[in-house]
Amino acid sequence: MADLVTTPNIAGADDFYADLIAAHQGLTKAESDALNARLILILANHVGDRTALAQAIVAAKNAGRN
Amino acid sequence: MSRIFETPLYPYARSPDQDAKGPVRRPVAVVGAGPVGLAAAIDLVQHGVPVVVLDENDKVSWGSRAICFAKRPLEILDRLGCGDPMVDKGVVWNQGKVFFRDRQVYAFDLLPESGHKRPAFINLQQYHFEKFLVDRVRALQAEGRPIELRGGSKVVVIRRQDDGVQLTVDTPDGPYRLDCDWLIACDGAGSPIRTMLGLDFVGRIFEDNFLIADVVMEDSPDFPVERRFWFDPPFNPGQSALLHKQPDHVWRIDLQLGWDIDKREEAKPEKVIPRLKAFLGEDAKFEIEWISIYTFQCRRMPKFRHGRVIFAGDAAHQVSPFGARGANSGLQDTDNLAWKLALVLSGRAPDSLLDSYDAERIHGADENILNSTRSTDFITPKSEASRLFRDAVLDLSEHFPAFRPMVNSGRLSVPCTYDGSPLNGPDHPAMPARTRPGAPAVDAPIPGGWLIDRLGGGFQLLTVDADAPDRLDADGIPVTRLALSTAADDGLLAERWLGAARSAVYLIRPDQHVAARWERYDEGEVLAAVAKATGRA
Ligand SMILES: Cc1cc2nc3c(=O)[nH]c(=O)nc-3n(C[C@H](O)[C@H](O)[C@H](O)COP(=O)(O)OP(=O)(O)OC[C@H]3O[C@@H](n4cnc5c(N)ncnc54)[C@H](O)[C@@H]3O)c2cc1C
Repeated sequence: MADLVTTPNIAGADDFYADLIAAHQGLTKAESDALNARLILILANHVGDRTALAQAIVAAKNAGRN
Repeated sequence: MSRIFETPLYPYARSPDQDAKGPVRRPVAVVGAGPVGLAAAIDLVQHGVPVVVLDENDKVSWGSRAICFAKRPLEILDRLGCGDPMVDKGVVWNQGKVFFRDRQVYAFDLLPESGHKRPAFINLQQYHFEKFLVDRVRALQAEGRPIELRGGSKVVVIRRQDDGVQLTVDTPDGPYRLDCDWLIACDGAGSPIRTMLGLDFVGRIFEDNFLIADVVMEDSPDFPVERRFWFDPPFNPGQSALLHKQPDHVWRIDLQLGWDIDKREEAKPEKVIPRLKAFLGEDAKFEIEWISIYTFQCRRMPKFRHGRVIFAGDAAHQVSPFGARGANSGLQDTDNLAWKLALVLSGRAPDSLLDSYDAERIHGADENILNSTRSTDFITPKSEASRLFRDAVLDLSEHFPAFRPMVNSGRLSVPCTYDGSPLNGPDHPAMPARTRPGAPAVDAPIPGGWLIDRLGGGFQLLTVDADAPDRLDADGIPVTRLALSTAADDGLLAERWLGAARSAVYLIRPDQHVAARWERYDEGEVLAAVAKATGRA
């Protein structure tokens, strides 16, 4: 059971970010939402660790609060 | 041809109790001759308790209702003496297919674990199921056992007392009084007993309607024996559909209809037939056996035991049918209750033993409600985000096996383990988790048959490569030994019951659940565990 990584962890963060935005290029809102949902599920399966996943859900929720 | 569910099976007959001078008092009355009431009565009489079953009706279940029965209930039915006819008649299935929109996303094979007497599931109409239970009641009566089944007998008044229950039973000949020491209420989800006692039934109603149709397709042998589930199919857009095989060329079709519909209108043949044709094909030849429109709910009573009145089955808890848990869990209720009530009635256990029925079966009901709620939420997503993820799971599962376990078209009933039960005794860390205290016995082949057939009815010591006395008296409760050895075993007995231990001594309850386990026999330990498992300590 590993803790969620919350420090920089992606080499070439700018490139990743560009890939992510590019993937949504030309998609309707509904298609983008569906893509995001699939992406979340694929990444979640890759992480696998329930502790890290639970922490990720909390972190995402909290960061959205003003 | 009249259908089995239209033929009276236990027509009203005047009972001598109606002509007695004063009210007759019985040890146990069961209200309701559905699957759960009948199982309760058979179990009790097999434990030597005289029992009277009252039902306002005189026929088996109208239409098939429950069709899918799981392995654990089949094992319970074996103990009740009616497993064989059910399994012989039932359809065994292992294959399933999941469809999303216009395509198949995957197929599965349940690949049941080998080395069990009973299959993972059978499909069998509830009317056949109840008929076999009634046959068993008749067989017990023929042996002279004190079990009575009174049709046309509606309980209309119930009055609770400290030491019993007074009933008024209405019949075609008018009402009569019947008193009992204990009442088991198996009067279904709408339980009049619960209502008359003003007791709560709390939970969730799912804002959705389902059309359930059983159709007979005599000449459609090309429909394979498998479970097919559709999410958002072209013939029922935005909704779900299920197709499942039953015996006698009967097929269960289950179509989600949504919330804002006119139920009476939707149940009319002119509405139903086009729907079924869109599903089965324009040319399909079928005859409708039974149709119903349902709204599903997940609810339970906060407590199942109320003094001398004990609730079981749908009267105590109701789940949505996804996962086939209704009748399956009701049978586990009576499996749990009968031996306890028999011990209490014979004065060998305190009345408080029955509180463990509450603890254990509420645990079971909550597990079922949780599973069935999750299935319902997956099948009928109630928010935009929930539908988004549901569809994403289905899209992904077509390409990657990783997501198939998330597809939830009903998690089929698995037996409940009574973890944390007040009746559980010592555990042993080296032994397998699946046979821990609270778990139902795990079957295995043994010389001359099956382990499961050798367990149940009374307390037993199951020894594996261990010594113990063949018979033991635990303060009036007999404990008998079943001695097994791994010498002639193909490995399954050792794998399921020994684990890393060199030998094992299990105390098994009359309902085939494990009460306690040790590596070696110790009389003091065993007696203490029997005392704990019977509420005496
Ligand atoms: C469409 C559908 C599909 C299902 N599929 C499955 C499945 O695949 N597997 C599964 O395990 N479960 C399934 N179920 C659930 C299953 O049908 C029920 O859980 C089961 O019938 C409950 O049995 P019961 O004996 O508790 O109650 P019931 O079968 O409802 O019996 C109650 C009895 O009490 C009698 N009664 C009521 N009031 C009185 C009174 N005042 N006096 C005397 N008698 C009275 C009634 O006449 C009735 O006979 C399904 C249900 C539905 C609706």
